[in-house]
Amino acid sequence: MKLRKNIATSEAGFIFNPATGDSFAANQLAADILARTKAGQDAAAIKADILERYEVAPGQLEKDWDDLLAQLREFNLLD
Amino acid sequence: MKQPYERPTLRKLTAGALNKFGPRAGARAVTALDGVAVAELVARFGSPLFVLSERQLRRSYQAAVRAFGTRYPRVQLAWSYKTNYLNAVCRVFHQEGAWAEVVSGMELEKALLNGVPGPHILFNGPGKRRADLERACAVDAVIHLDNADELHLLLDVAAGRAHRPRVALRVNLDAGIVPQWDRFGFNLENGEAWQALGRVVASGRLELVGLHCHIGTYILQPAAYGAAATKLAALARRCAQELHTAVHYLDLGGGFPSTNTLKGAYLPATDTVPALDEYAEAVAGALLSAGFPAEELPLLVLEAGRALVDEAGSLIGTVLANKRLADGRRATILDFGVNLLFTSFWYDHHISPTREFSNQTEPTVLYGPLCMNIDMLRESIALPLLAPGDTVVVHKVGAYNMSQWQQFINLRPNVVLIDQAGAVHVIRGAETLEYLQQLEQVPAHLLT
Repeated sequence: MKLRKNIATSEAGFIFNPATGDSFAANQLAADILARTKAGQDAAAIKADILERYEVAPGQLEKDWDDLLAQLREFNLLD
Repeated sequence: MKQPYERPTLRKLTAGALNKFGPRAGARAVTALDGVAVAELVARFGSPLFVLSERQLRRSYQAAVRAFGTRYPRVQLAWSYKTNYLNAVCRVFHQEGAWAEVVSGMELEKALLNGVPGPHILFNGPGKRRADLERACAVDAVIHLDNADELHLLLDVAAGRAHRPRVALRVNLDAGIVPQWDRFGFNLENGEAWQALGRVVASGRLELVGLHCHIGTYILQPAAYGAAATKLAALARRCAQELHTAVHYLDLGGGFPSTNTLKGAYLPATDTVPALDEYAEAVAGALLSAGFPAEELPLLVLEAGRALVDEAGSLIGTVLANKRLADGRRATILDFGVNLLFTSFWYDHHISPTREFSNQTEPTVLYGPLCMNIDMLRESIALPLLAPGDTVVVHKVGAYNMSQWQQFINLRPNVVLIDQAGAVHVIRGAETLEYLQQLEQVPAHLLT
């Protein structure tokens, strides 16, 4: 997962694509994932940390991770 | 201790015209129905599950009686069986004092089995068979005549009987609404109704006791009921003057809306549907100014169905799966579909989660479990981030769903009634494969 370089994100979960003018609201976990991705953490490390901190089964997280990727692709936010 | 998990998601922000009338964003959790926890209901009775509130059934009935009874001195409700003919529901209304309005031989028998005296059963419907008419005559139900063929069939049935069958004439009329319902009964404006009344009275074989009309369903214009009442009252007075026959009751039918929002409506029904008092005001005003002498005011009969039962019913269901559609929309598959929630064809039902979520919502398409493209419950609804296993409650499903439901692909589930003390009773058990197959027969040559 690699966000486009020009995508702006905020801690509160606001996401802005200056190329298209589209803006998005991310929930807390999605905002956290995007911030870590921008900071260069890899997917495995982020997932391991989520499993450590949240009440979620690994299978569920994998499914939701794929769904987040699908949304990011749909919204043209990935390289 | 770990934090509660909510799947990561994004929502595209779209700018549009502000809607100052818009409902509150987000869905409030409904964790209990009539004080009984949803989780407990599901644990005991499974999912999906229809839940009826006896308290609300009685409250709605009493509200209707109050609305009309405080404006007109003689009012009688007749419970519309087809709206929900589960016996427990019918008996709640009969305990409150409702007569029965039935539209088939089967419903007639149900009403009798529920202890309704024949004279308190109004037999409507456009398709009565000879056997139905004979049975109605035998129990002294009031037959609401729908068409000339039925009139002549009843005259034939009535021949030689010791007592004249009691009848009312179904009349369709222009009450100022479009479309005009003209399929039930005899038309007023073209003279057909008057001709039929003349034939009924002249036959000497039938006793004319009432006039009936049903102007439509989910009627949002109280004035239309006023117009219908005015015309029906004028017809009754003409019967008295020209046919020398006193009409004992005027039946304005049903068709009163509930606060379910119709598909395509811009505003929620809770903001737009007139109160029952407005209908009562229109009807009572018309009847009281129709010129009847005070001691000869006819009984006002109302065949309310939806307005009495819709709000008392809820449907609990469970999320089976989430998926994303080709265009990126979220889709959620529930364990009930249009097989159980028939009214989702015409309502945008209000649906609540049953636990607290964050304020994040996602536009979601709601599908049922049927392998049929028509099985869509909501085309788009803002719901929190439901996960498989989460439950939801669909509100105001008491009308029609438990009579128009289909045994299709899945078996029908339990229906429970929460009584006024909070005790939960199964009033229709979940179907089994054995129940489903008990009427089937396999020819011998297919058994090997």
